[in-house]
This record gives sequence, C-alpha cells and structure tokens, in this order.
Amino acid sequence: MSVIVPNSLSDALAALADNPDALVLAGGTDAMVEVNSGHRKPSHVIAINRVSELRSWTYDPVAATVHIGSGVTYAELMESPVADLLPALAEASRTVGSPQIRHAGTLGGNLGTCSPAGDGLPVVSALDGIVHLASVAGERSLSVHEFMVGVKRTARQPGELITGVTLPVLTGWQGYSKVGVRNAMVIALASTCLATDLEGRNVRLALGSVGPTILRCAEAEAFAATAVSFEARSVSAHDARRFGELAAAASRPINDHRATAEYRRHAIGVLASRLLRRAFPNE
Amino acid sequence: MSSVTGERISTGRIGDSISRPDGTPKVQGSYAFSSDLSAENCLWGATLRSPHPSARIMSIDISGAYRIAGVEAVITAADIPGSPTYGLISSDQPVFASDVVRYVGEPIAAVAADHPETCRRALAAIVVVYEVLEPLVDPERAIDGSHPDIHPDGNVIRRQRIVCGDPDIVGDVVVEDNYEIGMQDQAFLGLEAAMALPDDDGGGVSLYVATQWLHEDQKQIAACLGVPLSKVRLTLGGVGGAFGAREDISLQVHTCLLALRTGRPVRIHYSREESFLGHVHRHPVRIWMRHHATSDGRLVKVEARMVFDGGAYASTSSAVLINGVTHAQGPYRCENAVVDGYAVRTNNLPCGAMRGFGVVQACFAHEGQMDKLAAACGIDPVEIRLLNAMVTGDKLITGQIIENVAPVARCIRETAALPLPDEPVGGHDHDPMRLPGGAGRTADSSHIVRGIGFAVAIKNLMYSETFDDYSTARCRLSDGVVTLKFATSEVGQGFITIAGQIARSVLGFDNVVIDSIDTDIGSAGSTSASRQTWMSGGAVNAACIKVRDLLFAAVAVSHDVDPSSLTVDGGDIVDAAGVFRISALEAASGLSFDETVEYHHTPTEDLDENGQGNCHTAFAFVAHRAVVDVDPELGLVKVIQIATAQDVGRALNPLSVLGQIEGGIAQGLGLAVMEEIIMANGHVRNPSFTDYLLPTFLDMPSVIASLIEEPDPIAPLGAKGVGEPPTISSTPAIVAAIRDAIGKPLNRVPVRPTDIIGLSAFPSI
Ligand SMILES: Cc1cc2nc3c(=O)[nH]c(=O)nc-3n(C[C@H](O)[C@H](O)[C@H](O)COP(=O)(O)OP(=O)(O)OC[C@H]3O[C@@H](n4cnc5c(N)ncnc54)[C@H](O)[C@@H]3O)c2cc1C
Repeated sequence: MSVIVPNSLSDALAALADNPDALVLAGGTDAMVEVNSGHRKPSHVIAINRVSELRSWTYDPVAATVHIGSGVTYAELMESPVADLLPALAEASRTVGSPQIRHAGTLGGNLGTCSPAGDGLPVVSALDGIVHLASVAGERSLSVHEFMVGVKRTARQPGELITGVTLPVLTGWQGYSKVGVRNAMVIALASTCLATDLEGRNVRLALGSVGPTILRCAEAEAFAATAVSFEARSVSAHDARRFGELAAAASRPINDHRATAEYRRHAIGVLASRLLRRAFPNE
Repeated sequence: MSSVTGERISTGRIGDSISRPDGTPKVQGSYAFSSDLSAENCLWGATLRSPHPSARIMSIDISGAYRIAGVEAVITAADIPGSPTYGLISSDQPVFASDVVRYVGEPIAAVAADHPETCRRALAAIVVVYEVLEPLVDPERAIDGSHPDIHPDGNVIRRQRIVCGDPDIVGDVVVEDNYEIGMQDQAFLGLEAAMALPDDDGGGVSLYVATQWLHEDQKQIAACLGVPLSKVRLTLGGVGGAFGAREDISLQVHTCLLALRTGRPVRIHYSREESFLGHVHRHPVRIWMRHHATSDGRLVKVEARMVFDGGAYASTSSAVLINGVTHAQGPYRCENAVVDGYAVRTNNLPCGAMRGFGVVQACFAHEGQMDKLAAACGIDPVEIRLLNAMVTGDKLITGQIIENVAPVARCIRETAALPLPDEPVGGHDHDPMRLPGGAGRTADSSHIVRGIGFAVAIKNLMYSETFDDYSTARCRLSDGVVTLKFATSEVGQGFITIAGQIARSVLGFDNVVIDSIDTDIGSAGSTSASRQTWMSGGAVNAACIKVRDLLFAAVAVSHDVDPSSLTVDGGDIVDAAGVFRISALEAASGLSFDETVEYHHTPTEDLDENGQGNCHTAFAFVAHRAVVDVDPELGLVKVIQIATAQDVGRALNPLSVLGQIEGGIAQGLGLAVMEEIIMANGHVRNPSFTDYLLPTFLDMPSVIASLIEEPDPIAPLGAKGVGEPPTISSTPAIVAAIRDAIGKPLNRVPVRPTDIIGLSAFPSI
C-alpha cells in the first residue's frame, strides 16, 4: 500500500491522476472504519489533511456566500464567525460524534461518504449548496442535489477531489435537529434542517436518514411559504402541525435494527413542526 | 503484567480516599492492558466461528488454511488432548464445536499465523459444510418440550420453585403484571486478549490473560489440555473492565492449545464484534409477578414466574436463576410466596454473569410491582416501601434469617431526603444539551415533562449454595516493607488500593508492595458477586494480623512488654497504657515474617425442592431515586439526577465506593434506556458500539450519594461489597420516573422511544 501526503492541491490532484481510484483520506473517520473492518482494502492512499487550500473557509460579503474548503473540520465549523454565518451548519456539526471525531472529521468527508445519515448533508441540501470538484483536467461545480446520487453514491468521478462547498448566507432563522437514542455520539434515526430565507420569502426543509439520500420537501416548503408570516415571525399551531405532517409524508424511511420506518416518519413530523416553531415562534 | 503490580503505594489507611494507581495511566493511555502484551517470535491466533445459530457440521476442511504461507497451526476439536468441553458449573460447552453448532459465534477452529491478516485469510480458507437447522429461540418452547433437545443435557438447565408460608392466601389488594428485561452486554472497554508462552519442554504453558478468576481458568484450561494444574500458570494481564464477562473461558484454551501446538508464544485479541459473540451476557428474562397486600399496603404474598434465557450453554445460569428467584420479594418483609423459575437453553447467545447476577432482573419486576401496589392502595411509593422494609432478623422466603445489618428503611429515608435538582427543565442557562435529545437539539423546554421514580434493592454478597469461595493472601514483612501477594483479579474495582490500605492500617507501615497477581499462590475466588473486599480483604487483613501479632511478640520480648497490650497507632506500636511507644519501622528492623492465610465465609446450604435453605452468605441494600426528563412525542429521555443511599457497612475508601456507585448507575441507566443486544432468530443485529449504545457523558446524570456506614459485625472489616447494588435499583428507579412523567405503564427494559410514544417497536409487515 502506498501512502502519499501531498502539501498542495496541485500535488494532490497529480497524485490522484496517477491513481484515480486511490483512497482519499481526509479526517479518516469514515475511511479508517472501512479499512479496519476490512470492507475496503486500498492499494493507494492519498492523505489530504496537509493540503492547506482545502483547510480554510472564506466569506464573500458581496455575493453573500461562504466557501468551505472540503478539509474544514466540524470543530472549526462550530466556531464563530463561520458559525454565525451558517448557524444550521454549526448546529449540525455539534451533533457529530464526539470531540475527537469533530476535530478530525470534515465536511468534505461527509460529502465523500454521502451516507443518508451524514449530519452535514441536510444543511448543504437545505441551503442548495454548490459542490466543487477538481481534477488535473479542470474544475467543475454542481448542485448538491446532483452530487448526491444514492446511498453512499455520489457524482464524483475517479480522479476527482472534492475541493469545497459554497453555501449562501441567508437572512432568517435556520437550525438542525437530529434524533438518536442517545444524547450524543449517535447515528441519526431521523434529522431535519430548516432554513428560512427572509428575502426570498421561503422556507427550506431537508430530511436526513429517511431516504436513500437527503430529501427536500417541496410540498411542505410550498405550504410553509404561504402559511407563515415572515414579518410577524408567526405561524399557527395548526399550520405548524400540518407542516410536520407534510414533512413526514415526504419521508421514505426504511425499517432496520436501529428504528422502524414508522418511528422515523413520526420523528420527522415532530422535528419539522418544532423547527418551524423555532423559526416562527409567534402564534 | 499490568502496570499496577509491583508499584509502591505509600499513603493511605483504611477510610482514606486515596486514588488508584491505575487511574492516571488509564486516562493517559499508558496503562498496559493484556492486549498490549507481546513476546519475541510471537504468533497471532484467531478463531473461526459459526455463522448459524443451529446447524449440523457435515465436514470441516482445514487444508486450504495450511496452504497459506505464514500459517503455523490450524486446530479443531480433533486436536484437544484433554476434556473436549468446559464450563463454570457444568462442563457442557465445547472448546470447538465438532458435531453441531448451537449459537452464532460458536468456535469451530483456531489458527496461528505470523500476522493477523494471515490469520484472517486462513480462517476464510477453512471450509465448513453445515446442514442448517431451525434454531430454538423462544425460551417457552424450551420449557414446554415442543422443540427437540438442542444439547445432551436437555433444554431446561435448571428449574427452582420456592414455596413459603401459605401458598393459597389472598390479599385485600392484588396487582400483577408481566415484565421483560433485554439482553445487556458487559461492554468492557478492554477487549478479550491473552498471550500464551509454551514451556521449553512443551509440557506446560504460561498464560497472561485478562480474567476475573485465575484459578478457575487454570483448572478448566488444564482439564482441556489434559495436563496437571502445575503445568498451567496464569498471570493477570491488565484488565479493562469485566462485569462478569470474564468469568467464563473465552480465548484461554484456544491460546494455550495454539502455543503448545506451535511451540511459540501466541496471542489472541478479540475485536469488538467478536467480543459480543465471545463472552456471556446478562440473561434476557420474562417475569410474571402477582403481589398481594393488605388494604393498608403490607405485603402478604409474592407470586412469580421467571424464565431466564440461558442461551446455548449453561455457564452460570443455574446460579443466576437462584439469585433471581430468591430475590423475588425484594428488600421487603413477606411471609408467603410461590415462585417458579426456569433457566433454559436456547440457540441464542450464551448468558451468564453480569453485575447484579439475576437480581437486576428480579428487582426490575418487584419494583414495578411495588409502584403498582402503592397506586392500588393509594399510598405514596416511598411510604409503601418504608412500610414493608425488612430488618435484621427477618426471615426471607427461603427461610433464611437476615443476619447482616439491614438498614433498608435508612436507605429509603436518606435517599428520599437528598435534595432534588434545583434546576428547571433545560437548566438555568437553557442549555439544549440538558434536554432529552441532547446534542441533537430536538426539543425545547416546553416539550418536556419531568418524572420522579424510586426503587430499592437487596443483593446477596459472595457465592451461594454450599460454594466455598475462599480467598488466600500472603503477607511478608521484611526491612519495614510489606509485600502482599494474592491472586485477586484487579479488574478495575480497586482491590489493589484497598489491600494496601488494609495492610497499612493493620501493620503501621507506609511501604506496601503488591506482588504479581498469578497462580503462584492459592485461589482468591472470582472478582464477582461483590465479594473481593469482603473475601480477599478478609484474607489480606487476616494475613496482616498474623504478621502483626508475630511482630508484637518480638517487640514484647525485646522490650519486655505484654504483647496482648500492644496496638498499632498510626506508624507506631503502643501499649494500652500509653507508656510504651516505638515506631513500627524501628520495631521491625532486622525482622522478617511471612504468613499466608485462607479466609472462608460461613458455609451455606443448598435449596430444597421448595426453595428452602440458608443458601446465601450475606446481603447488602440500596435505594435509588431518579429524576428524568422525558420528551413524550419523540420518546427521548434525559436522566437528570440519581440520588442514592447505599448500605456499605464501612467505606474503606469512600472515593472508590463513589466510583462504584457512579459506574454502577451508568450501567443501570444503560439497561434502563438504551443497552440491548438485539437478536433476530438467533442472529445478533448490533454487535458494535455503533449500534449497541452505551451511555456517554451527556447521558450520565449528576449523582448524589449518601454512604450508610453501619459496620457489619459479620464482615471481616465491617465493609460490605459495594459493586453490584448501584446497578440494580437504578434501572427500575429510572423507568419509574419515566412512567411517572408520561403516565403509561412501561414493563420492559430498555425502554425504547417507541414504548414511550406508544408505537410498535417492530415493523408492521
Ligand atoms: C465514532 C464516530 C462517530 C461518528 N458520528 C457521526 C455523526 O454523528 N454524524 C455524521 O454525519 N458522521 C459521523 N461519523 C462519520 C464521519 O465522522 C463523518 O462522515 C465525517 O464527516 C467524515 O469525514 P472525514 O474527514 O473523517 O472523512 P474520511 O473518512 O477521511 O473520508 C470519508 C470518505 O470521503 C472521501 N473523501 C474525503 N475527503 C474527500 C475529498 N476532499 N475529495 C474526495 N473524496 C473525499 C474518502 O475517500 C472517503 O470515501 C462518525 C464516525 C465515527 C468513527
């Protein structure tokens, strides 16, 4: 097994061009689990945690966007000022694993794995994030909705590196909720990200762990846009409940040893209506 | 070989809260666990396990494994020179399955090779042809005889009835219900690991292993190897927790066999998944109970039926069953009882010892019943427990008289008097981490209801039913240094610390060295049943007293004082009149003594067919109060506080007692709300820490504890065992609090979110 530790993006891309199917190793919190369990036996590893271009985030106030390098860790995303620009991402980051995992695990790795339970993904989905990929052949950017293809399947091609994500800085409340049977360090049984866009006068809702990949809830979103008052930050109790029902209806959960589909769907309904109430606290 | 042995502990007498020598190295990661052992030229071993819960083995072809370079040995049942089976109580478990497999994970073969990866490939190259059979997974079918015997010893491991007083009496108030306890794993952090070194002449073996009972391992290993005991020497490797799971043989025999076969050192380490399959678990149990009481809430009769699923092999099931049925009444006076209990064999994972040993299950049921009775009689749950609390001199449903101090009422009163949390739901600072759902931020304070629950437990200490679980200790005094030797497994409970404290107090010397923990001395019995402070503490105490008396005799001669007037006062030896005083160090100069003592507890009896007999050695008591916040819509909980008053006899090291209390509560909390090995038709669904959830720091409540110190005259140091009680009634207290919060019956642990919401726990298809 060869291990390459490039110090720059160009070196990383060159190494990846030599071995397009090499295991890209960021924080290793998914990859090493797979290696240790024998599910993955890489012959080439490219460790990217020293690629400084991937390890920072930048705020563009004019475009009102934040670009997050794929190597930025959850621990970093939980800190101000990026946590104030993207509060839902900070909340989602706080739900990930333990302090050790949050210091090693990266948003790029979450995208790379593309588990339906990945906690960063509902946020990227609710914000309609743009995923940036690069290879020696060049760069391309695509919507996260196109990037996520299925359970642990993405649009990333061999030889491509995820370089980062661009997320809009919205005005309006946003937050993330995740249900697990433990108060920390648990895989989501169901999760929701709700983001309000006051200027666009819309409410976005993305669901995790209840489908092959992250789901958006078009019907619930459309309902919310008309049911809430963006000025008064209000929604009726009835409409908050209805929003939850629509979210639950949009979920496509499965039964497994962690939870029943029925529980997951139920939980989505509860989380969605509670998040809507957090965003619109007045009745 | 653990890093704690041979270290000097130079402060701390009985009653001092000194910290453990292994604490800092464990936190810093420098402690040597048995998985850290290695030797020159060492091979790796690995075990081939059954993928089926029940199957006939048609053939085993190991030739493929031998063709792999680096493979040094492949062994199966055909290679066992001695007994083909082992077991703690009955020898019913094969070292390697040869004709049938009876549970998923049952060992079939083992390999030794130059590298773990070679081992893995070798295992994959062994071809086993199975004829898959329908597994027996329903314990009731083991009882009703509707499934053929899955073992020559039959499907019922043991049945025990208790009939006491008037079996037909009926109370004014009658409450009954069914209770279910899921399969809990001990989930120690230090996985099974051992290293065996063959003797040069190939006739014997030295094994370094993390275990709870060196001498019992030695006996079983020697029998399987077909060699005399003296040819098998065991040394304790660094143990990372045990909780009962290291009482049975797991990798011991395999490691020794491979070392003898190859003539080279061999080490085996289990992975987490293998560990789930490789050791026994807490018995899943179904219990029916009916309580009769007078209208004012006094217990009249307890009726119970308990079915313990022992899994494929007997392990300690028969003893666990006895604990279950004999503790059915709880810590309450009750003159009449009809209890029927079964421990049965199924094709589920084998079950055996786990902290609380049968009493955890009984307590969950009897405490549920006490709350039901309180409600039916219109009495407060705390009051009804006080009303029925047993006292010293009471007769149990087995006819045995409680001779220990039994401060049950005090445990209850002091627990109830401990302050409730002063914080509102969500805490004063509205920290979402303090709400159910924790880091997931699922709720706001307005969604949460709070409940309070209470539970009380009685737990037997030491072994039962005529078992003489004695302990041996040796005390040497030379040049003012005390060296203690014993075979007591230090599994994290802190005995090494306590032993030093005892020696320092008895002898007055600061310098106490703990010798290697191995089989070069007599047995200490198992580190289980809350027994080592009493038993090995008793042995260390007695050995030190013998040495002290010899020292007194020498001092008496050299200083012309009456030896019977001498006592130890701190670091000095003084006479009763206070006239004579000499430092112990000075008195011992040039002298050396060496005494070995066996400590035995009072003998016990077997139960007769009506469950009558003085079967237990001693008892301890505890009460717990839980405050739990519940999110009824999502079914999530956060335990906010546990208050407890525990009957400890005498706290030899209060810090250490508190450690047991907090750890035991964490384990009780785990059983209450999350820890369960989920089995489906004999297959394990969650053999990993990803899916077998243990409480984290964010799940752990604040604990306030009151130690009730009424030294027990029967105990050698006045101290009762403290390890198990915290685990026992914490679980029912937490569940009672959830019931209190949501107003629904919850008769099963762990309580699942679906149980709280009222959804089915299983898919509807
Ligand atoms: C104990 C534990 C707890 C966990 N808890 C959570 C949790 O609560 N929530 C959660 O969402 N996840 C959790 N995880 C999973 C994991 O931490 C996250 O998915 C994390 O985001 C992975 O990031 P990483 O940097 O460690 O990725 P790695 O493990 O290094 O990589 C993950 C995958 O992405 C690929 N990859 C990584 N970076 C790139 C890149 N720049 N370009 C192309 N491909 C790339 C890798 O090749 C690999 O396939 C947990 C893991 C562990 C071990």
